[in-house]
Amino acid sequence: MKESKHDWPLWEIFIRSRQGLDHKHVGSLHAADAQMAIENARDVYTRRMEGVSIWAVESKNIHASKASEADSLYDPANDKIYRHPTFYDLPDEVNHM
Amino acid sequence: MSFADFEKNFQDKVDAEIKIEPRDWMPEAYRKTLVRQISQHAHSEIVGMLPEGNWITRAPSLRRKAILLAKVQDEAGHGLYLYSAAETLGVSREQMINDLHSGKAKYSSIFNYPTLTWADMGAIGWLVDGAAILNQVMLCRTSYGPYARAMVRICKEESFHQRQGFEILLTLSRGTDAQKAMCQDAINRWWWPSLMMFGPRDTESTNSDQSMKWKIKRKSNDELRQEFVDMCVQQVKVLGMTLPDPALRWNEARGHYDFGEIDWAEFWNVVKGNGPCNKQRLDARRKAWEEGEWVRKAAEAHANKRRTKAA
Repeated sequence: MKESKHDWPLWEIFIRSRQGLDHKHVGSLHAADAQMAIENARDVYTRRMEGVSIWAVESKNIHASKASEADSLYDPANDKIYRHPTFYDLPDEVNHM
Repeated sequence: MSFADFEKNFQDKVDAEIKIEPRDWMPEAYRKTLVRQISQHAHSEIVGMLPEGNWITRAPSLRRKAILLAKVQDEAGHGLYLYSAAETLGVSREQMINDLHSGKAKYSSIFNYPTLTWADMGAIGWLVDGAAILNQVMLCRTSYGPYARAMVRICKEESFHQRQGFEILLTLSRGTDAQKAMCQDAINRWWWPSLMMFGPRDTESTNSDQSMKWKIKRKSNDELRQEFVDMCVQQVKVLGMTLPDPALRWNEARGHYDFGEIDWAEFWNVVKGNGPCNKQRLDARRKAWEEGEWVRKAAEAHANKRRTKAA
């Protein structure tokens, strides 16, 4: 994404909705610095008690895998169905497993 | 892969209901359509704050004032969700704001009508937000991921907007004769512009077919407009008011209400910038932007200073 000379930096916002849950990406916003990013995130993304904690990460610091390389990237996981519990056929008498 | 392969691949994904994400390949026309539509939608939220902002200081009670403030603040939030979604397509915020201020970008014409009485706050919530919600519920399933996610968030918040509007009208409809008259007058003035919000008729709508094929839209303008009419005919009875359309009647064969012809000359006239408040709205946006200049500069200077100190 091309950056504008005049826009404040873009930040990605992550919100923990409840204690014990992961922070989840909710969207992005512009802010001059990290403190403002968190204050803006409070106003933009938690007007209805949606969060108990906010992470703000400057978008330029996020590195993403390439969609075009998905096939080769995830290929090693493709044929290892024995990693899933349903791969194993056990007698019905076996409980608690 | 050839260009045709990319295009087929893209359409196959759309047909299979796989969302398109920012880094995925997409046809340039798809990207452009989305930038235009999402930024227009964002501008509508931001300009849409103005007609209601007009009544914040004059709300009839503290309860109504707090509600109206919260609603207008939501609209600012909705504008920001949408600007962010548009930015994932490679257009900068600055560019979008410039296009709004220069008049190049459009926003919903409904906000070019004036809010003359307190009852207009009710009619806007019930009719204008009601019409917007039908469109937005459809857009929760739009093919572009960031747009769809923004719409889900918006829809969750929007339903209070419509309910508070209906409640305002309901209160007026149970009031004095003057209050009842004010309620009916607001409905009369907002009904037709609300029907226009769904855009031109399907036969006149230039972008519709392609947008349906790309699953940006999933229902046509006329389908959504009909849904809206059918809904409102029932709801207006609860208010004991009427809709200002003598042609409105149940059509057994269609299973829908027939309604009168929209004044399309008025529609196009307002789109072209000649509505009652077009100039006032854009002037207000430009003024807010210009008067905020020093705040943007100060915040930037402060951030730079802190960065230099920390280094």
